[in-house]
Amino acid sequence: MTYDVAKIRRDFPILGEEVYGNPLVYLDNGASAQKPSAVIDAIRHTYEHEYANVHRGVHFMSQRATDAMEGARETVRAFMNAADTKEIIFVRGATEGINLVASSWAEMELKAGDEIILTEMEHHSNIVPWQFVRDRTGAVIKVAPINDAGELMMEEFEKLLSPRTRLVAITHVSNALGTVVPVADIVRMAHDHGAKVLLDGCQAVPHIAVDVQALDADFYVFSGHKLYGPSGIGVLYGKADLLNAMRPYQGGGEMINVVTFEETTYAELPYKFEAGTPHIAGAIALGAAVNYVTGIGLDRIAAHENDLLAYATERLREVNSVRLIGTAAEKAAILSFNLGDIHPHDVGTILDREGIAVRTGHHCAQPVMDRYDIAATVRASFGLYNTRAEVDALAASLRKVQEIFGA
Amino acid sequence: MSDLRDLYQDVILDHSKNPRNEGRPENPGHEAKGNNPLCGDKVTVYVAINDGVIEDIRFEARGCAISVASASMMSELAKGKSAEDVKAMFNDFHEAVTSKEPIAPEKIEKLDKLAALIGVREFPMRVKCATLPWHTMAAAIDDSTQQVTTE
Repeated sequence: MTYDVAKIRRDFPILGEEVYGNPLVYLDNGASAQKPSAVIDAIRHTYEHEYANVHRGVHFMSQRATDAMEGARETVRAFMNAADTKEIIFVRGATEGINLVASSWAEMELKAGDEIILTEMEHHSNIVPWQFVRDRTGAVIKVAPINDAGELMMEEFEKLLSPRTRLVAITHVSNALGTVVPVADIVRMAHDHGAKVLLDGCQAVPHIAVDVQALDADFYVFSGHKLYGPSGIGVLYGKADLLNAMRPYQGGGEMINVVTFEETTYAELPYKFEAGTPHIAGAIALGAAVNYVTGIGLDRIAAHENDLLAYATERLREVNSVRLIGTAAEKAAILSFNLGDIHPHDVGTILDREGIAVRTGHHCAQPVMDRYDIAATVRASFGLYNTRAEVDALAASLRKVQEIFGA
Repeated sequence: MSDLRDLYQDVILDHSKNPRNEGRPENPGHEAKGNNPLCGDKVTVYVAINDGVIEDIRFEARGCAISVASASMMSELAKGKSAEDVKAMFNDFHEAVTSKEPIAPEKIEKLDKLAALIGVREFPMRVKCATLPWHTMAAAIDDSTQQVTTE
């Protein structure tokens, strides 16, 4: 079956919008992806037909909403191939998932001198929570370096592993460079040293089929909005034995069993970590997004995006003075670059007037920028609906940037 | 394309490619650092003030064409003026690039070469690029020790 990108594009109403009189060319999927009608409809359907608070009411509508939300949890479980739905915690996004693990697991488990290994290409959300842990426990952060291509230097990573290593927190796909990290090897090596592994899957799940059991990941987080779902909803997967042993993250309703003013017993997983009324419609719509993506097939999506990435890499290399940042052998859907000494912010403004949406800046990964001694990059990140024609538009507009700058 | 040309006028491109008064003076006097965390623009402004008059002004900038050009033009305009006049000029400039109302011709005239930066009005995401060096200069004049940020 051919990949009918024209048909897919019709599933995304926003792709019909114009920007300054030009068709929207949306190449900022790494920041947030657009939403198919299936997701928009799911939100509307929830509020029109199946909305009430969940897990509380004896009434019909509460049961219907609960069933819909728990159905979404099962959809996500199957998507990640988790062993059990109780291992799927709905959170606001990957950031909250990482903070939850930092607060409820790492702060309890780590002692002074224990080590956390990160990499040079982490997003700030996979750096700052571990600095909190460091400051509160006396644990030490070690940083595994990347090479000039943006690949993790595995032999250097291995050297950092020791009996003191308690946690390896690492991205599955780099948001700034597009590098696909060999996470299965990382998990195996970390486990050999008795360390746990948290994988940041934000940039991975829209492009790569993830099987948390095959990876043997201890924790895996992702945000719904990069997977064509709503913002404000995301997933923390954790192995049940770890999650059971962890203290709750936030206290409130939903996460309790019995409350008196003397003591409280907590609810079972996953509710122990879902204090307060959750983002009910968001969770249900995330289920719809997962179904949309799996309906097309992640293998087919990956093939399409890899073709686009290869094509874009080739087209951009034809543009004078383009410097690609991140040229790993294994990449997914992200093309970071600079255009001579023209600042990415200026490039972004000019592309914007052509209707082309790209991200410019440090991509919440300042250590990566420091690694390459640059302040910022332009980042084009592709999604399942992007086309070769859009890549051509990008290349043509980069020439226009050069024209304006007389470069 | 036309408003892009309004933004990236030749004079702006010239100042961004050949910034005037760039570098750290030997005896900086007052200095302040500015930072736009959104895009990574960084600027340090050095001012030497004598008797309320800006005798020397220099800057170091790492940023987009708009922020570097703005810093460069600012340095040319500020030199030899009183700190008070320079701050008044900043107010006029700030109003010109942030106001939603049309600007009176006499106000544009008053802005001198800064008028070239008025095109930034049409690019709300870029206004902070143009104003960052000015905020930083104001902080240097006030001898603020706090880092200036656009956020």
